[in-house]
Amino acid sequence: MGRLDGKVVFITGVARGQGRSHAIRFAEEGADIIGIDVLEPIAGSVSNPTTQADMEETIAAVEALDRRIIATKADVRSLEQVKKAVDDGVAQLGRLDVVIANAGVSTFTGPTEALTEEAFVDMIDINLTGVWRTCAAAIPHLKTGGRGGSIIMTSSVAGLTALANLGHYVSAKHGVVGLMRALALELAPEQIRVNSIHPTTVDTPMVNNEATFKLFRPDLENPTVDDFVEAAKVMNALPIGWVKAVDISNAMVWLASDEARYVTGVTLPVDAGSLVK
Amino acid sequence: MGRLDGKVVLISGVARSQGRSHAVRFAEEGADVIGFDVLDKIKGSPSAPATQADMDETVRQVEALDRRIVATKADVRDWAAVKAAVDDGVAQLGRLDVVLGNAGVFTAPSLAEDMEDDIFMDTLDINVAGVWRTAKAGIPHLKKNENGGSILITSSIAGLSGAQNFAHYVASKHAVVGLMRTLALELAQHNIRVNTVHPGSINTVMVTNDTMARLFRPDLENPTTDDFLAVAGQMNPMGVPLLEPFDISNALVFLASDEARYITGVTLPVDAGTLIQ
Repeated sequence: MGRLDGKVVFITGVARGQGRSHAIRFAEEGADIIGIDVLEPIAGSVSNPTTQADMEETIAAVEALDRRIIATKADVRSLEQVKKAVDDGVAQLGRLDVVIANAGVSTFTGPTEALTEEAFVDMIDINLTGVWRTCAAAIPHLKTGGRGGSIIMTSSVAGLTALANLGHYVSAKHGVVGLMRALALELAPEQIRVNSIHPTTVDTPMVNNEATFKLFRPDLENPTVDDFVEAAKVMNALPIGWVKAVDISNAMVWLASDEARYVTGVTLPVDAGSLVK
Repeated sequence: MGRLDGKVVLISGVARSQGRSHAVRFAEEGADVIGFDVLDKIKGSPSAPATQADMDETVRQVEALDRRIVATKADVRDWAAVKAAVDDGVAQLGRLDVVLGNAGVFTAPSLAEDMEDDIFMDTLDINVAGVWRTAKAGIPHLKKNENGGSILITSSIAGLSGAQNFAHYVASKHAVVGLMRTLALELAQHNIRVNTVHPGSINTVMVTNDTMARLFRPDLENPTTDDFLAVAGQMNPMGVPLLEPFDISNALVFLASDEARYITGVTLPVDAGTLIQ
């Protein structure tokens, strides 16, 4: 018996990284999945674009668990695309219980005053307004269900504290906290809970790439993953360089489950103690 | 299979209310329990003292789940008694993995300027130093574990915001946040995680008593708990009059489990949104 038997969860950025991990963990707990991903290059992104092959791997992993998944190509920068994907998914799977606003990018790093207008605006468009579009498309279905629900947004430690040279990312992830709190208040009477999760660095393509390794190890010409982990440990209180995607998924499963039925408006770090360090 | 199979948990204030609920939930997940309780009157407490009969009932419920429990009479104000209870429990059960600093009091509310010195100081002695003594007694045992451990402190929504007439309680519950953050830093290298939970109003004798009813219904001459409950739902946006002890136990089980293996230094409200209201 799973902790989310019979539930349906909507996940943005589902093709790989944390999104895929969430799809698999929720499926393991008995949920069906509605997922979207942009499957296209994002200007300035530090990681390679997600592909149809990535998406198919997520689909195969969920179906191997005997759960259903409706996976669509859609961009969180388009309310129309997000809305259509959610509406189609709910039409096929019959209900919606949980929303995971996971899609996000990491782009150019450098002094905040040196950011291009495009880099700043695109970041907000994806990492903050994209979360709002995800919620706007999904909330009518949660309300229609009349069973309450759970919305979980992936913020970051950068949503609760500053990181130098990531001004656009820090702004977007702080913005997510404000959006979460506003929605938590608005939706509480419907028993729809809204919370944010604040990961430290996670072992996903957003971090596990050469550009990020060089950011952490400017002292080395060709830093390896081990060089990165050694430097990243400095951020965390626990003696680890990064957490795994499943650690974020596990926190989400708990927040989505009835065990957290009165947890709302909460910012939950999963950060190996980086915020207290 | 439980999420805490083979673990041993130490719980202060185990005789009834949240402490008993934690003992039962942790036992359901496969843990054995070391528990202690003061079983004595606390000056100024509006609730009847915990009794040996209360303790016996906790023992009965844990044993009914086929788990072991070592339950002792000990006062968190007495370092020697706490240390003896913990050391004796570990000697009998073989190990220690989780510490729950749960014991606490809420005594004679009044404006801060009218509060008696011993009422204020007793609250700090029990709610802050008592948690420190509990942690201090547990830490040497936790350090022996290869995989570290988890210390969980029960703070309150009053640990993150002010509340009129509660100066002693608010000060004590804020203080344990500082204690938690410091312990999280000191113990991270040993993989011992330290977090606080922040309950809203819980259905226990600390809340359902005449003193609380009078405090929250100054409009009535002889208010009852039902009169209090009639307005209690307005204290949070979800409209929940009282949360149940198991809502806190469920949060503690999650934080104690491997699902939260990289969560440390975190303040987790379980408050139906009270803090964002």
